Amino acid sequence: MKLLGVRLPMMSSLLVWCLLWEAVGRAELVFLLPPLSAVLATMGELFATSKFLEATWITLRSFALGLGFAILVGVPLGVLMGRVPSADRLLGMWVNVFVSAPLSALVPVLMILFGFGPTTIVVTVFLFAVWIIALDTRAGVQHVPSSLIEMARSYGAGRAALYAKVILWAALPEILAGVRIGVIRGVKGVVIGQILVSIVGYGALFELYARNFLMEQFWALTILAFAFALVASEAIGALERRIEYYAGVRQ
Amino acid sequence: MDAPVKPVPSPAPAIDAVDAAVAVQGIRKVYDGGVVALDGFDLAFPRGRLTTLLGPSGCGKTTLLKIIAGLVPATAGTVLVNGAPVAGPGPERAFVFQDFALLPWANVLRNAAFGLELRGVRRDERHAIARRYLAKVGLENVETRYPHQLSGGMRQRVGLARALAVNADVLLLDEPFSAVDEQTRRKFQEDLLVLRSVERKTFLFVTHSIEEAVYVSDRIVILSRQPGRVAAVIEPAVDRSGTPDEIRRDRAYLDAVESIWHMLRDYVA
Repeated sequence: MKLLGVRLPMMSSLLVWCLLWEAVGRAELVFLLPPLSAVLATMGELFATSKFLEATWITLRSFALGLGFAILVGVPLGVLMGRVPSADRLLGMWVNVFVSAPLSALVPVLMILFGFGPTTIVVTVFLFAVWIIALDTRAGVQHVPSSLIEMARSYGAGRAALYAKVILWAALPEILAGVRIGVIRGVKGVVIGQILVSIVGYGALFELYARNFLMEQFWALTILAFAFALVASEAIGALERRIEYYAGVRQ
Repeated sequence: MDAPVKPVPSPAPAIDAVDAAVAVQGIRKVYDGGVVALDGFDLAFPRGRLTTLLGPSGCGKTTLLKIIAGLVPATAGTVLVNGAPVAGPGPERAFVFQDFALLPWANVLRNAAFGLELRGVRRDERHAIARRYLAKVGLENVETRYPHQLSGGMRQRVGLARALAVNADVLLLDEPFSAVDEQTRRKFQEDLLVLRSVERKTFLFVTHSIEEAVYVSDRIVILSRQPGRVAAVIEPAVDRSGTPDEIRRDRAYLDAVESIWHMLRDYVA
């Protein structure tokens, strides 16, 4: 970025916003917004508390489990829809409904079904992430060049080899794009699920901090959750860019 | 005047089935929309020869080639390979694709060895074979590169090496040079002649280029359109002992190009 002809280093806009936050916090204009430096200091203290570490562990585990199941179910579901037209007609509508539905509304029902514990969180993450993974996988599988499939068949590929050596690889860019959006949605799922359940993990902490107006802690936790979502999605984005050359073969 | 071409009335004369590497009998192909691409199509492809299917777009030449490859099911009829009926692809046939059909995530060596990989040949063995054929098609020192790093001509050479590596009796080439530039295309045609004389395989070649057909073929089958029928069978008596330039100036070559051109204009289009 350039400003008045001077080349600014990366992240300098972030610095501007951080300074603004600090200034507003110090001026004590809004009591909900403590200075950034205080928030960061609190973040350091948080890392030392066992309550925070325990909550982080539960959150990460629920997130990983939910996302793992979402990939394990979403990818095969998408492949099925992409390859079998009757399955696509049967499932397509429901997947499209769920991908755009406000799933937060279902969390109270999930609590009744799965209890007020980590299982509900895992299921929430799963439900937030699985549909977009299935839809993107479906799109990827449908765009596999037909000549690649013909090539594999003409050289004697059976069904298993066709999928393992050609179709899944050819659809990998779309599958990864689906997983990346699934990660972002999964983070939403884990936060929303925990806040609604509100007695485990970060949900319990958020509840505690917000109720007692512990704004430094509240913001520290929020920043951490945001940063995690960003880093996780960027990591998959980097993986996507490494296989960007796929795009060249798709006319 | 000595006729350089031998037009044969349709249908093509029955060739002794023992001599035919590939024969199709009564092939009918109707597409989903009800379009009849081929109807009652009979043709035999003599062993060890290069036979070209030539015709305008939509004459069903690629469809016929894919039916022979076992990639497209025929509505009715039989495909015989080495005298035995086949349903689906088989190891005695190898296909070269118009758009190369290389795996973009695999390097040149793995692509060239992919046919063998699918047949379960051990890694070092299949790599050794693939290297040999990559050298044969004029590709050396590129085995660790990826398809997107190669020119169109080089990509098709990889496709050719992959087809040769599986050591099939019959090579099916679907407009293999149509996606490369003219110089590369001519070089390919010259290389194909050399390859033919070395490899002793049966080649089935699909093209819409008259010059290309006459340059490389022992026998040219001209197809008419909708449904595809054999309009004529021509065996250009081109002397291919000379240099490429001499062949392209050969009287028989020029006459064959000319007469096919008239035939396509008068009977087929």
